[in-house]
Amino acid sequence: MGAALAALAAPLFKVLLMYCLHHILRALLLLLGMASAALAGPYEEALPKFANDSYADTDAAIGAVASSGNPLAVDVVEALRDGRLLIGSGQVFIRRSSGELINAATGQAWGSPAGELKPVRINNRLRRAIEAALGNLTLLSPDAGRRLEAARAVFRSRDEAVLPTLEKAIAQESQAHVRNALENARAAILLSQLDALPMQRLGAIETLEARGDQDALALLSNLPPDATPEMKAGAGKAVAGIHTRLALWEAVQNVWYGISLGSVLLLAAIGLAITFGTMGVINMAHGEMVMLGAYTTFVVQEIIRAYAPGLFGASLFIALPLAFLVAGAVGVLIERTVIRFLYGRPLETLLATWGISLILQQGVRTIFGPTNREVGTPAWMSGALEVGAMSLTYNRIAIVVFAFSVFAVLLLVLRYTSLGLYVRAVTQNRRMAGSMGIRTNRIDALAFGLGSGVAGIAGVALSQIDNVSPNLGQGYIIDSFMVVVFGGVGNLWGTLVGAMTLGIANKLLEPYAGAVLGKIVLLIAIILFIQRRPRGLFALKGRAVEA
Amino acid sequence: MRTQSFFDRQTTLVLSLLAAVAILVPSMNGLAAPGSALHLSDHLVPLLGKYVCFALLALSVDLIWGFCGILSLGHGAFFALGGYAMGMHLMRQIGPRGVYGDPILPDFMVFLNWKELPWFWHGFDSFPFAVLMVLLVPGALAFVFGWFAFRSRVTGVYLSIITQAMTFALMLAFFRNDMGLGGNNGLTDFKEILGFTVQAGSTRIVLFVLSVLALAGGYLLCRWVVGSTFGKVLVAVRDAESRTRFLGYRVEHYKLVVFTLSAMLAGIAGALYVPQVGIINPSEFAPAGSIEVVIWVAVGGRGTLAGPILGALLVNAGKTWFTAALPEFWLFALGGLFVFVTIFMPRGILGAVGDLWERSSQRFRSGRQPQPVTHAAE
Repeated sequence: MGAALAALAAPLFKVLLMYCLHHILRALLLLLGMASAALAGPYEEALPKFANDSYADTDAAIGAVASSGNPLAVDVVEALRDGRLLIGSGQVFIRRSSGELINAATGQAWGSPAGELKPVRINNRLRRAIEAALGNLTLLSPDAGRRLEAARAVFRSRDEAVLPTLEKAIAQESQAHVRNALENARAAILLSQLDALPMQRLGAIETLEARGDQDALALLSNLPPDATPEMKAGAGKAVAGIHTRLALWEAVQNVWYGISLGSVLLLAAIGLAITFGTMGVINMAHGEMVMLGAYTTFVVQEIIRAYAPGLFGASLFIALPLAFLVAGAVGVLIERTVIRFLYGRPLETLLATWGISLILQQGVRTIFGPTNREVGTPAWMSGALEVGAMSLTYNRIAIVVFAFSVFAVLLLVLRYTSLGLYVRAVTQNRRMAGSMGIRTNRIDALAFGLGSGVAGIAGVALSQIDNVSPNLGQGYIIDSFMVVVFGGVGNLWGTLVGAMTLGIANKLLEPYAGAVLGKIVLLIAIILFIQRRPRGLFALKGRAVEA
Repeated sequence: MRTQSFFDRQTTLVLSLLAAVAILVPSMNGLAAPGSALHLSDHLVPLLGKYVCFALLALSVDLIWGFCGILSLGHGAFFALGGYAMGMHLMRQIGPRGVYGDPILPDFMVFLNWKELPWFWHGFDSFPFAVLMVLLVPGALAFVFGWFAFRSRVTGVYLSIITQAMTFALMLAFFRNDMGLGGNNGLTDFKEILGFTVQAGSTRIVLFVLSVLALAGGYLLCRWVVGSTFGKVLVAVRDAESRTRFLGYRVEHYKLVVFTLSAMLAGIAGALYVPQVGIINPSEFAPAGSIEVVIWVAVGGRGTLAGPILGALLVNAGKTWFTAALPEFWLFALGGLFVFVTIFMPRGILGAVGDLWERSSQRFRSGRQPQPVTHAAE
């Protein structure tokens, strides 16, 4: 018993001793500080506390500096937050982002510091204090951007002490969005403030409900323990409302992902639709044309990196025509050397083009190696656009825009050029077109080249979102077939509808079934769909179809 | 069809060659002294057995493509399903000898923390049940798939594409762990089949001979189907589907029967394949594999029953040689083969040999120069 007590008492005693020592030391230091700045105001008085680099002193100094009214206060607290507040030989300095060093006490430039400088350390508790202090300091700033930032900081810190400043700021705010942010911040504080009026707190719940994002949701689901039943009911309703809103945003986001996937499918499938439509030829090497386009992009970027790094931002635009030419030339070559001997035998064409795809894959593997090659993203394509509660990355937006532009251009080519007229004629009735003097062989070669070239430029786009490897094309070939078979041949609109339907359906299924199962469900759905409409959604009608 | 009697020259030749293989391989492996030129080393027996299974698979594809014009790019799915049925039986035979020693659950289920056997695993501990499933599962899938596809007259490349989609969907499904069939790794680590150790040389010899017998049986079955009135209708469907329909034949019924039969043959091939290679995993469902089967048939000669057997053996022997000696060039060779055969030898080796034979005998009979035959004239 006695031994146990002693064992407990020993560490307790140690802690007590440490506590006393700490306080004595603190008192001594305070005395020292006061002595050195006997004639200065509260700002100068508080500043040396930073030099102690103890968390408790820094906390006290933040409060004192913030309430001092000194014009340098904002700079000091911001520097502290960013690790630019330096101490050395008992003095405090601010390093500006330009690298210039100034004395925090006087605001004058300080050329060469004596001795070594080290930043004042902060922890998470201090970070909150800094946020609150900054909020307080900048809420009344003449710059609207700073006020907005301060309001957001207060929303995060929820420091009750800021409330009076906040009220003042709300009263004199003229800009609606800043005012909105300030009111949000006030609501966040009021919600957790125990002595606020019940009416105020109910109002806060409404304000937060109107805000309606994840942060508001977190605040509303964790009400303080003293919440009245009225508040709880209000918050419950608000949470349900926000959930509905967020679910709606998520659905919109999923549709966007679906459109983005649909655009990728559209790019991959649209060339296939042309070759399949005109010649009834299933080109199994189509995926490899996409791959060739992607590798063209890689080569273009390598050359630019080596000889003209300044052009890197334009590398994709340089790669586009080249990829079209490379893939188109390979396509014409395949048509002239292999496919033209196999007309009227679609199943054999399928096998021969599969053989060509194997050769192209292995060829690329031999030349470029089996591993993924790095294709860079130009600076203008990185980043994201914030819309409501979702973010749209610029490279996805670029691909969607690009896919639709390619679609529009092809539509115009098929509609308004003589090549398009001939291609449509051959698609609808090959023998009749031949009888009318159209050189069907030549049209076949050109259409095949066009389809392959479009696959090539699809490769440029896909190099931005997929791994550039010899297997790139394989990943798209079955999906592209599904799009073409689903949409029907001989009509580009069918391809568009097919690609978008499959893309959006895929992404809407994903949250419920998972990525793999969603895809399986979709494949089965397409297999069943073909039973109902064996020629796809937009089938050609007439007697030519059965030929 | 030129031939009238059931045992024509080709059938006799194929059967006697298969019989010779069934006798020679075991005796060269078991009787010839190791080191002598005649000896067949142990690792070659399952390799040859694998070829024989592939030949049976090729035969099943030829039955529908060569004689009925249905180009299935998903026959690997039926092969793999037969293989999985056999694999499930072999897994159940492991019993408590697995790594985790669970008497009921296979290792991968213990690893995934499953508590009991999924419902579809019940019954596979019985060999007869497993054999039944080897026939029924591929047969049922083919029946359902064919029922929908043929009834709505999905033909030509559309049919090929959706068979490919079918095997692709199955591959994705079997890759999932939730499927309860071993996910990525598939089924492996087999111990015994009917009480005999799977790895033992004698078991492998028996499995090899069984595979050859199955191939001979499959050949005879196809020969009988093709020679019957039913087979004549199949060829009519292949050559002029609409005309056959207008003559009053229910084309979709003929297609459905032959498609289901072919899937069952493929299932048997898969079931014999699995104990010989010792593993079955989802990559057997890969669409590329199914297309490769088609090229075996095309190389040997579609529309002849001996052709696919010859093609499967030749291409796979070539693959074994290439992947060992010149791995870089195998895909070039295979791709080139696809192009070469479709353009220059549309009827495959046996077709080309048959043409030569006919031409020379014609010259012998008439003494005139033969007419030049153009390749594209089909």
